[in-house]
Amino acid sequence: MLNMIKRLLEMLFPWNNNTNSRSHAKSRLKLIIAHDRASINSDMMEAMREEILDVVARYVEVNRDEMEFSLSNDQRMTSLTANLPIRQIKRMSELTEQLKENKSIDLQHIEVVEIAKEAEAKPKTP
Amino acid sequence: MSRIIVVTSGKGGVGKTTTTSNLGAAIAKQNRSVALIDADFGLRNLDLLLGLEERVVYTAIDVLAGECRLAQALVKDKRLKGLVLLPAAQNRNKESVQPEQMKKIATALAKGYDYILIDCPAGIELGFRNAISAAKEALIVTTPEVAAVRDADRVIGLLEAEGVNKINLIVNRVKPWMVEENKMMSVEDVLELLGVPLIGVVPDDEKVIVATNKGEPLVLGEYDSLPAQAYLNIARRLEGEKVPFLDLMANQGNLLTRLRRMFGG
Repeated sequence: MLNMIKRLLEMLFPWNNNTNSRSHAKSRLKLIIAHDRASINSDMMEAMREEILDVVARYVEVNRDEMEFSLSNDQRMTSLTANLPIRQIKRMSELTEQLKENKSIDLQHIEVVEIAKEAEAKPKTP
Repeated sequence: MSRIIVVTSGKGGVGKTTTTSNLGAAIAKQNRSVALIDADFGLRNLDLLLGLEERVVYTAIDVLAGECRLAQALVKDKRLKGLVLLPAAQNRNKESVQPEQMKKIATALAKGYDYILIDCPAGIELGFRNAISAAKEALIVTTPEVAAVRDADRVIGLLEAEGVNKINLIVNRVKPWMVEENKMMSVEDVLELLGVPLIGVVPDDEKVIVATNKGEPLVLGEYDSLPAQAYLNIARRLEGEKVPFLDLMANQGNLLTRLRRMFGG
């Protein structure tokens, strides 16, 4: 009976119980789902990083100490973000030589952000 | 061209089998032929929900072992023309079938039926891989609860990795009054989290349990009940029709229903 009165009170004065478990559930899920989706084992991540760096290194000289590699989620898209500070851009003649030897790596599905920006910002670095 | 659709959820107990049986009946009601495959080997229940348990003679295992023809193992539903069930074996475990074998069975059935619905077992192990091996489409069943939504997300990821890209979501057991009081995630919340298109919203209803007690899909007996309407609408949406979603919030603000709910539990 006491319980029933309590429920009646809660229903009549909804502002008394501000336990909004709905938003609680949602925010917890947002976090855990992002984490679940990004689960890629660290060996694979490391191998991928090395391979991408090899390709990038053919064109530009990258500052390996300051680069960042991370996975993030948005809706159903998980994207890889690589931030690679550039020290120097290689000469065209050097490039064509190298390209003749190897062009098998497909970078289509990888979103390499900010390389262009960095390249513009630091072209004069010695 | 027939459609092979897997009904899956990751988490157990969210209503996969209930959804499969009702949806199968709802599609058959639209004059389409449907074969339901119970892929839950060792824990089969689809026959029970359809009320066909006493008529099961052969199972998918017998077909694979060559002990009977595929057509002999199919249990025809006498209430609905065009609805058949391929039962799973109850005395074997999930490891007794391989994805390739399931694929063979499903593609063989696809020659004779418009729809093949595969009732997937819970989990993401071999039983799951068997169930999705032949599927071109998937229906994800989830409830507005944290564990169910998380598992659904995991399963969606696995399906996409397997090349099943046509994925639709069914949000089951929605309690509109709890959503209204901010005690349960809304359908919109779940959609935002999972990011796949919605194809159905099924309200929580005692009639679902009563129907399973009787072994009679809701869409046959209580076809004017809200959950039955929801299943019939999903069947129509599968056919490409644009059907508005049921307004579950209607009737909820009513003081009388609130009081009745409070005293009735």
